[in-house]
Amino acid sequence: MPTATFRIWRGNAGSGSFQDYDCEISEGMVVLDAVHKIQAEQANDLAVRWNCKAGKCGSCSAEINGSPRLMCMARLSQVPLDKPVTIEPMQTFPLVKDLVCDVSWNFEVKKQLKPFSPRPPDAEDGSWRVLQRDVDRVQEFRKCIECFLCQDVCHVLREHHFHDRFIGPRFLVHAAALEMHPLDSEDRVGQLRETDGIGYCNITKCCTNVCPEHITITDNAIIPLKERVVDEFYDPLRMVFRVFQK
Amino acid sequence: MIEHEPIQYDVLVIGAGGAGLRAAIEARAMGASVGLVCKSLLGKAHTVMAEGGVAAALSNVDDRDNWEVHFADTMRGGQYLNNCRMAELHAKEAPARVRELEAWGAVFDRSPDGRILQRNFGGHAYPRLAHVGDRTGLEMIRTLQDYAVHQEIDVHMECAVIELLTDGERVVGAFAFDRDRGTFKVFRTKAVVLATGGIGKAYRITSNSWEYTGDGHALAYRAGAALIDMEFVQFHPTGMVWPPSVAGILVTEGVRGEGGVLRNSLGERFMFSDIPPAYRNQTADNEEEGWRYTQGDKDARRPPELLTRDHVARCIVREVKEGRGSPHGGVFLDIAWIKERLPNAAEHIKRKLPSMYHQFKELADIDITEEPMEVGPTTHYVMGGVRVEADSQMTDVPGLFAAGECAAGLHGANRLGGNSLSDLLVFGKRAGEYAARFAQENSAREISRDHTARVARTALEPFDRSVDTDGAENPFEIQQDLQKMMQDQVGIVRNEHDIQAAVEGIGRLRERAERVAVSGNREYNPGWHTALDLQNLLAYSEAIARSALARKESRGAHTRLDYPDKDEKLGKLSVVIRKNSDGDLEVSWEPIPDIPEGLQRIIDARK
Repeated sequence: MPTATFRIWRGNAGSGSFQDYDCEISEGMVVLDAVHKIQAEQANDLAVRWNCKAGKCGSCSAEINGSPRLMCMARLSQVPLDKPVTIEPMQTFPLVKDLVCDVSWNFEVKKQLKPFSPRPPDAEDGSWRVLQRDVDRVQEFRKCIECFLCQDVCHVLREHHFHDRFIGPRFLVHAAALEMHPLDSEDRVGQLRETDGIGYCNITKCCTNVCPEHITITDNAIIPLKERVVDEFYDPLRMVFRVFQK
Repeated sequence: MIEHEPIQYDVLVIGAGGAGLRAAIEARAMGASVGLVCKSLLGKAHTVMAEGGVAAALSNVDDRDNWEVHFADTMRGGQYLNNCRMAELHAKEAPARVRELEAWGAVFDRSPDGRILQRNFGGHAYPRLAHVGDRTGLEMIRTLQDYAVHQEIDVHMECAVIELLTDGERVVGAFAFDRDRGTFKVFRTKAVVLATGGIGKAYRITSNSWEYTGDGHALAYRAGAALIDMEFVQFHPTGMVWPPSVAGILVTEGVRGEGGVLRNSLGERFMFSDIPPAYRNQTADNEEEGWRYTQGDKDARRPPELLTRDHVARCIVREVKEGRGSPHGGVFLDIAWIKERLPNAAEHIKRKLPSMYHQFKELADIDITEEPMEVGPTTHYVMGGVRVEADSQMTDVPGLFAAGECAAGLHGANRLGGNSLSDLLVFGKRAGEYAARFAQENSAREISRDHTARVARTALEPFDRSVDTDGAENPFEIQQDLQKMMQDQVGIVRNEHDIQAAVEGIGRLRERAERVAVSGNREYNPGWHTALDLQNLLAYSEAIARSALARKESRGAHTRLDYPDKDEKLGKLSVVIRKNSDGDLEVSWEPIPDIPEGLQRIIDARK
């Protein structure tokens, strides 16, 4: 059987380095298979986070040869194997160990966002009447598997570390899913501008490029939200109107 | 050795898939303080992988549907070994539980008149599965998760419970460790809800994730609760078979619900050649009628591809064994053929089955709108589990509740597709409600420090052994050997000789597990985690094998080559597994609950 070399980051928050592992490969293997094989045969304590191994749970995010991907969907047949395959943890979050990083910040961010708040039901049994074409758009956003690759690649978080003032593409998609939900009655536009930091996004579309669910994050979620913010806060007519209201 | 004082809650929920989240939400709504423990990050639990839909007699698409039909379908699918009270509650309450999800933000696919759309599925008389394309599980878990995070529920992510703490009378807490830092946590609680899911990781070919190590089954067994029906392991008929590294990944039954057909290497629709008598009246006898059924013709009967999972899996095994399989040891599942019948078929398939399209395209280089898939059975679900009281979901151990896949009763000898998602909503809610009530009526009790110290010591033993000494065992190797053995000897078709060999093999693996050694330290150490998982894997594997040995008949998902027929009198009995006073596993038989006259009438009317 052919072998390939995998250059895997080993270490914790304190220190670490890349280590090379040779691993036999077979047809159809994905990067996560190789990591598991190395773990079972050569490095029992190699830390990797994973779950479904089918691209549905978004647990095994990492950077493979520098690009943010799900390890379970990265086929070895699409990666050059004549030189070592580099696997390292996502860079935007603090490292726990090896390929595992601490993504708890994301869970804290979600708690701060206003929850879904439906309008009163349309029917006596507590149900609503909504057409498919009215939910198509939010269904795209609800495909998100929370792999946080978009957060990883977003320069506002990755380079500028604005975790305290910018919620990142994942949660802008979440906000869009709520704002454009046909039943939702909450208003999040003020929060988007003031605390969520939507203005920091300068639509470079890096997030859209790495999304394993192919959600058009920038065009379909972020830009329409930015337009709502502009309409509400920067529309000249409304600004005049607000002056008179005071 | 134990770093902190016990963490106190009224109710501790173990597992944060659908059942655990729903239980936690309900217990909190009842006013209880709630801790929720999950082995993964929140929202990653196995529910996320459910594809086809959630079964509920909403009758949005076919107004002939109601709870009685759903109840009768569930009982027939389970070969009448089900707990009929659970089947009744499930059928009655599922619609309200689904509507509640919509009120919490779930966005189901819509019918033309704007209601929740429902689709056909195996064993269900009418289109009954509310769904979101083929990612229904993701929609459900995200809805529950996003609702739960605003309810003041304490979530302990990447934390695993390794022992329930009891005081001889009832459950008093749980002992856990943090997977990332490796530190121990002790919970002191008035009630505990087990919602730990299934057991698939004891098998080599499985649709289940690493988390499915039967923790709830093993924890409850060690705490003194009874397990029932453990011989009934569901092998989903359609898992991927190629390439090898993805073998076992699920191919949703929704493919067949949307008109996909099964063919052997001769191109035959082999499912037409073997239709069980109990289903003959409800099954199409020609391809044309089957197609019309999938397109919503109310006068048509369902195609035989939509027979129950146990039967379809056995037929696939037969085709492969008799030399009519596909090149990689499966059969062909073809949805591309519908282009003969539908305009824009490729777009239709991509819209109805987006993640299947994606999965085959990315993992197998196959475009399912153009060519057939190769599929074969994969370990999917366990019908058996912790025995619970139907209304409250309380186990034999006071204060200990169980819900979802780790609990038993609803599905009998075989589960219908779609009934697991409704199961975890209906009984997750009930378990949360009754656990909170139990907590209101009972005070917290003391935790034995001796007990926690003993558990901690045992948990750390693998570090005491050096990986370099003679006879030191690698935990991953033991798990792989177990998976191979269970797959080959306690798999889809079984016989006395093989099962007996597996029982003995488990004994040998247990001896090897005592010599497991791990390297490194306690910080996020998968070798250590696997060493700890082995205790649970071996405990419930023995329960499965011993139950399979006891049931000398073929029924539902349990197929014995040496006893190919049903045994009338075993159809009224469950195999019960308990730990006896010597700490050994004991097998006994107990009658299933009587079916009251009213429910029997519903069953008879639809036989």
